[in-house]
Amino acid sequence: MDTHLLSIITFLPALAAVILAVFLRGDDADAQRNAKWLALITTTATFVISLFVLFEFDPQNPGFQFVTEAEWLLGLKYRLGVDGISILFVMLTTFMMPLVIAASWNVDKRVKEYMIAFLLLETLMLGVFMALDLILFYLFFEAGLIPMFLIIGIWGGANRIYASFKFFLYTFFGSVLMLVAMVAMFADAGTTCIGGCDVSLLNHQFGSESFSLLGIQIVGGMQTLMFLAFFASFAVKMPMWPVHTWLPDAHVQAPTAGSVVLAAILLKMGGYGFLRFSLPMFPVGSDVMAPMVLWMSAIAIVYTSLVALVQEDMKKLIAYSSVAHMGFVTMGIFAANQQGIDGAIFQMISHGFISGALFLAVGVIYDRMHTREIDAYGGLVNRMPVYALIFLFFTMANVGLPGTSGFVGEFLTLVAVFQVNTWVAAVAATGVIFSAAYALWLYRRVVMGELIKESLKGIKDMSAREKWIVAPLVVMTLLLGVYPALVLDMIGPSVTALVENYASAVEAADTAIQSAAASH
Amino acid sequence: MITADLNVILPEILLSAFALAGLLVAVYTTKDKVGGMLVWATALVFVLLATWIGSTGEGTQIAFNGMFVQDGFARFAKVTILLSAAAVLVMSESYMRTRGLLRFEYPILVALSAVGMMMMVSAGDLMALYMGLELQSLALYVVASLRRDSVRSTEAGLKYFVLGALSSGLLLYGASLVYGYAGTTLFSGIITTAQAGETSIGMLLGIVFLISGLAFKVSAVPFHMWTPDVYEGSPTPVTAFFATAPKVAAMALFARVMHDAFGNAVSDWSQIVALLSLLSMFLGAVAAIGQTNIKRLMAFSSIAHMGYALMGLAAGTAFGVQAMLVYMAIYVTMNVGTFAFILMMQKDGAPVTDISALNMYAKSHPGRAMSMLVLLFSLAGVPPMLGFFGKFYVLRAAYDAGLAWLAIAGVIASVIGAYYYIRIVFYMYFGEEQSEQLDQSSGRILPVFLTVSALIMVLGIINMFGVEAAALEAAGALVN
Repeated sequence: MDTHLLSIITFLPALAAVILAVFLRGDDADAQRNAKWLALITTTATFVISLFVLFEFDPQNPGFQFVTEAEWLLGLKYRLGVDGISILFVMLTTFMMPLVIAASWNVDKRVKEYMIAFLLLETLMLGVFMALDLILFYLFFEAGLIPMFLIIGIWGGANRIYASFKFFLYTFFGSVLMLVAMVAMFADAGTTCIGGCDVSLLNHQFGSESFSLLGIQIVGGMQTLMFLAFFASFAVKMPMWPVHTWLPDAHVQAPTAGSVVLAAILLKMGGYGFLRFSLPMFPVGSDVMAPMVLWMSAIAIVYTSLVALVQEDMKKLIAYSSVAHMGFVTMGIFAANQQGIDGAIFQMISHGFISGALFLAVGVIYDRMHTREIDAYGGLVNRMPVYALIFLFFTMANVGLPGTSGFVGEFLTLVAVFQVNTWVAAVAATGVIFSAAYALWLYRRVVMGELIKESLKGIKDMSAREKWIVAPLVVMTLLLGVYPALVLDMIGPSVTALVENYASAVEAADTAIQSAAASH
Repeated sequence: MITADLNVILPEILLSAFALAGLLVAVYTTKDKVGGMLVWATALVFVLLATWIGSTGEGTQIAFNGMFVQDGFARFAKVTILLSAAAVLVMSESYMRTRGLLRFEYPILVALSAVGMMMMVSAGDLMALYMGLELQSLALYVVASLRRDSVRSTEAGLKYFVLGALSSGLLLYGASLVYGYAGTTLFSGIITTAQAGETSIGMLLGIVFLISGLAFKVSAVPFHMWTPDVYEGSPTPVTAFFATAPKVAAMALFARVMHDAFGNAVSDWSQIVALLSLLSMFLGAVAAIGQTNIKRLMAFSSIAHMGYALMGLAAGTAFGVQAMLVYMAIYVTMNVGTFAFILMMQKDGAPVTDISALNMYAKSHPGRAMSMLVLLFSLAGVPPMLGFFGKFYVLRAAYDAGLAWLAIAGVIASVIGAYYYIRIVFYMYFGEEQSEQLDQSSGRILPVFLTVSALIMVLGIINMFGVEAAALEAAGALVN
């Protein structure tokens, strides 16, 4: 079955970007309005088409579906497809993009280029989640840096240049090592097909015999080296402590819409990469490195929660909280059992909605007051009751209140890691308390209390547009919170297959080591 | 017998005859007034010859007892050389005319150097190699100092000449050593003597000196010192020429000598080439960071790019040669576009080379800025631009040949190098408002070259316009 549905979804935004670039002239009010509407219509249409994929998708089939394929240069293939792991990320992307465009309605600086950048970014992000060819994946993965670099650099805040360079070079450096590993995989397996072909990387057994390199004994051999190369890229993208420092800068300086895309979608690429490449392709390497990753996650959760506590900039606070929440994700992934990976995917989807909404909420008051300093606010509830309610809802969701989607992900990952490493689970659980502390304290300082600041006296509540933008996010957060099966049923079979393959590969490697030891 | 030989080198003969005829016409008529016409005529001849060479001639033809080889490899290199030289000539016409530099010697010297380059890539003998190299170099020395009343330009020419003479000396010394130990100057004879593991120390020394001389021509570190000064001092169109066709010719000659003459001793020279590659990539990346003059910056950029092309050569395999050829074809296309952009950088008619002058360029020239953006990311090797595929090719070649360390070093250098490319993006897009703007109009030709080059970088990722298959055939002709 070769449908071109996925290609259409992927390249529809890019097509709109080309139309904007070629046909839209001038920068007057009409041109700006046309650019905004075209972007909104395209992203909405993309979402609608992606719904067809969602409804036609067969969750019981753990393989790749809607595969489309064409020859490409150098023996590579243009190959797209979705499985239980990737489909929800595709949906998250197509769902968030119209909201992001709508949230940018007030942009008045170089609107045409702005919309082109976001449309191209959507194409590239969708490509990352759908690509079934190693190099095609890398292409989309890396190319996303260019529009994001421009978005931060052109439409960002005062310190945008430092932030954009840091973002670009940090993530670029992370990825090039992955490129070398990809070249090595190509050489070893003789194919770049990720999965679903006769010969694919997912079926290929990469060498896991330990060897010594420059005097260092490498347990897990080639798999460990490749794992580390991929880890360099995904850990930066994720971002994991201690390579998370680009994220707060990028978040603070990026425009609201840029922050939303970054938090809701771009950060998920790292987690998706772990699930698509690291665990299934290098199970032995992952198993060797998993304890380290688990502890890094636990440290990330506690450390960044503490750092978030002392932030004076709202966006920075939410950025650090994102790093902490991504810690739960990596923890769940490297627990490598059903609950862990289910929880990690769930947490990523849910964090997409919640952090996106939180950045939108900061954007709402930033648009009015042009500051993100927490001290500049206080007592907003008196003037902005609706805003106070929505902000409270998402603050609670961020903390992981049962009934919101934030709870399910954190709970599942904690349960999962408890079975693997109790100490990590114990440390990470304290992070939940810290997250309640910084989130509620933020809420108290910004929204509660008396409205005493003169500048805030005239502040207006959320407009109809702003309400409509957050409404879908409220619905999704609640829906997934009370009925998580919506997500879990979708991803279940694919995750089960992943976990089983992982466990048997690790077991086989252990048996091989033991039999080798026995024969000596 | 002689007719058959002449048939093989007919393109070279025709181009030489054209150059000499042009010289006669110009001298006996109106001198510099025909300069513009000659530029166009030369470019046209280049394009016609490229079409001819590209569309005819199957297999390998040998002339003058193996002195001259016309094979798929030579054809690929010649087409690339001629097309890029034609592009640079056409781009330079208005720049040279408005500055009174459009002397009739310019197109004729370029044509003669093109003859030299065609000779280089077809060389099958150390003597033929040297002859082609010197014809090319001597023409280039003169072109570098074309602006006679400028100290910098004449300095550039002199520097180029002195250092070029030194490198020729090294090359000749190496050639004589090789001759001494092989007993022949023919590549086909040398290859039977130079066997891996049993090369005599004298032959090894000869190879080292030959490589030194060739490394100078491709401006690989540590033989790169002339590049920034010559790039900066020469008139910009001449710089554009230096950065394109001669680099292809020198790199092709490098591959030709290494594989045709020393193809059985790959393990002896591959480490040397790998080291040249490593040093070039890192020096090119690091030294360009501090540059504010875009021409100097492009000089270091080309040093770094030569490092990547040498990575393909260091692999010592047919795939490595294919990777190198693809890399050079992409590199030349990017550089043609980039120099079209640099040629457009003018304020009140005077050329500007300081990159800070590009402040807010995207505001005043959105289309050009976007094309340049594509080219810069392509130069940096960021996907999805074609420049990435060039890097991917050479990385694969190096990894497959067991040079994983070189591949890792290469990607790290590319991150360092990305910094200075995105710094130009920063000036064009992120800068503050600035009152002084660069000139709006600069003819129609330059924007076309810029746009087409940027489009190739984007659309080329679909199928590379068939260059990949042509390079495969070319590499197959060289390495069996």
